[in-house]
Amino acid sequence: MSVTQPPVNVPEIRRLDPVLEPGHTYASVTDKIAAVVLTRPLGIGWLAGFTLTFSLVMLLFGSLAWLIVKGVGIWGINIPIGWGFAIVNFVWWIGIGHAGTLISAILFLLNQKWRTSINRFAEAMTLFAVACAGIFPLIHTGRPWMAYYMMPYPSTMGVWPQFRSPLIWDVFAVSTYGTVSLMFWFIGLLPDLATLRDRAKNRFQQLIYGALAMGWRGSAHHWHRYQSAYLLLAGLATPLVLSVHTVVSFDFAVAIVPGWHTTIFPPYFVAGAIYSGFAMVLTLAIPLRKAYGLQDFITMRHLDNMAKVMLATGLIVAYGYFVEFFMAFYSGNKFDVFLAQQRLHGPYAHYYYALILCNILTPQLLWFEKVRRNVAALFVMSLVINTGMWLERFVIVVISLTRDFVPSAWGRYQPTFWDFSTFIGTLGLFVMLIFLFVRGLPAIAISEMRELVAHESHSGGDHK
Amino acid sequence: MKEHRSQLFGVMGEFATPEQILSAAKKAREAGYKHIAAYTPFPVEGLAHAIGFRWTAVPLITLIGGLGGGLTGFGLQYWVAAITYPMNIGGRPLNSWPAFIPVTFELTVLGASIFAVVGMLALNKLPQPYHPVFNVERFAHASTDRFFLCIEARDPKFNLAETSRFLQSVAAEHVSEVKDEG
Repeated sequence: MSVTQPPVNVPEIRRLDPVLEPGHTYASVTDKIAAVVLTRPLGIGWLAGFTLTFSLVMLLFGSLAWLIVKGVGIWGINIPIGWGFAIVNFVWWIGIGHAGTLISAILFLLNQKWRTSINRFAEAMTLFAVACAGIFPLIHTGRPWMAYYMMPYPSTMGVWPQFRSPLIWDVFAVSTYGTVSLMFWFIGLLPDLATLRDRAKNRFQQLIYGALAMGWRGSAHHWHRYQSAYLLLAGLATPLVLSVHTVVSFDFAVAIVPGWHTTIFPPYFVAGAIYSGFAMVLTLAIPLRKAYGLQDFITMRHLDNMAKVMLATGLIVAYGYFVEFFMAFYSGNKFDVFLAQQRLHGPYAHYYYALILCNILTPQLLWFEKVRRNVAALFVMSLVINTGMWLERFVIVVISLTRDFVPSAWGRYQPTFWDFSTFIGTLGLFVMLIFLFVRGLPAIAISEMRELVAHESHSGGDHK
Repeated sequence: MKEHRSQLFGVMGEFATPEQILSAAKKAREAGYKHIAAYTPFPVEGLAHAIGFRWTAVPLITLIGGLGGGLTGFGLQYWVAAITYPMNIGGRPLNSWPAFIPVTFELTVLGASIFAVVGMLALNKLPQPYHPVFNVERFAHASTDRFFLCIEARDPKFNLAETSRFLQSVAAEHVSEVKDEG
């Protein structure tokens, strides 16, 4: 068993990088991934990173406390720009989450073996991104302690939510998305929690992982139902993830504000979400595989594939920008034409050009295999794309609101210190949760990696 | 002092590869054993089938959850918008059903997902902190790299000596008794 066969040489077919470096056994993948959680001491890098991000979380808490004391006036929002950083950041964060679901659900349904080593932390990324996203609409209401008004409940006042409003759809879409992502993640973790329980080094680990594993023992009956449930969840999460950013785009598209009221918004928002999400997966995966020596599991094949997905979704996004412009002029609607010109020549034009540079021009480098195989270049590219996607939401929210129908209602938007501190605080929260996750739970799905080992040893590592 | 009772739960054999346990499971069925359980570190294709497990209610439960969620979602919105809290906005229809689709869809997915997960756990009788197989010391490897086949004592054909011999004959390593210390 597990005799590594020499690679078959087929000179005319250029061989792909493996999704798992050869020579691994069930025990070796388990050891390597579980050791990160169970035995490895906390390194100076982890401690430094955790300390930094923890202090950013304190900045977030401070900003939120000040917000609750003073109200949303501490932000740069005004009339007419009622949606500032809060909505920009909300859309950006929720979009980042989408890649996790795409990797775990859609690539699972498409039977893409390369998803196996990246799905777990991509799902964790989804959860943490949704948590960061959820903060913003909540605090943007101004009185977050009244947020339960958005839920349908039999109140003594006899009032009910307006179900015809996209903002209420958003409440349902985002909370469903968060719940389903959490369940999907937990179900995926269940067999790995059992592995950690069985390999626990002390009583504390045994208790925690034992309780979370719920007595999972890998029975064939259990696996059968488990696989059925997992497949169904993947099938349910697939339309769900598409619906979530569609509903988010309805927040804009259903309004009649120029630059928002377009039918291209749902598909182009979904593509943008996947684009930024894959960029964030790369931002996380590249340091992770280096820090914990997981290059055997997250191989160049993964990075290359993710780069290709970014290139493809980036082109869809570019098409979306083009259609926005085309439709503005083709419709002949003077407000739409004016808005399009404002993007190119208005007071926020430099944001628009930066957006084009980050989201459309720079990613064209991904056509070159040399760039896709250069880890440092990919890392920088992923940061550039994340910046670009943030700028996209800024352009959409701010330019339209500063230039609507009547010139007397035009305005300017200037974010304040508290806008930035809240945003940077959520970045800290996100990364801090990732730090905790990496050391508390297996960052790669161990049981699925064992399946991959079994699969590779059958096909001699030569599938596809 | 706790009274220490211990009964025989079954006999367990250990295998090194998925192919071995699959062929052993098939042979156990052919030999006439009915109460067989297999424990593997990852799902082995065909193994549940080989030990006589064919149908699972998880998809049906999921369907019920989805239908229930969707009907609840639409029903709630219809009731709110058309019956209990109607708002006449320029004479527009109260039952504006296209506007109710997003929430109906989300609640369908939510209902189906919760039922799928909770249904799967309930059918598997999880959480279940204690199970006799955990008494076997080598069973800790079932979550790493070993494959275990357990023939349970409640099987009518079960006989300690004979069943152990059977497991050895299908190339099981470390055949051991599973005690239930209830």
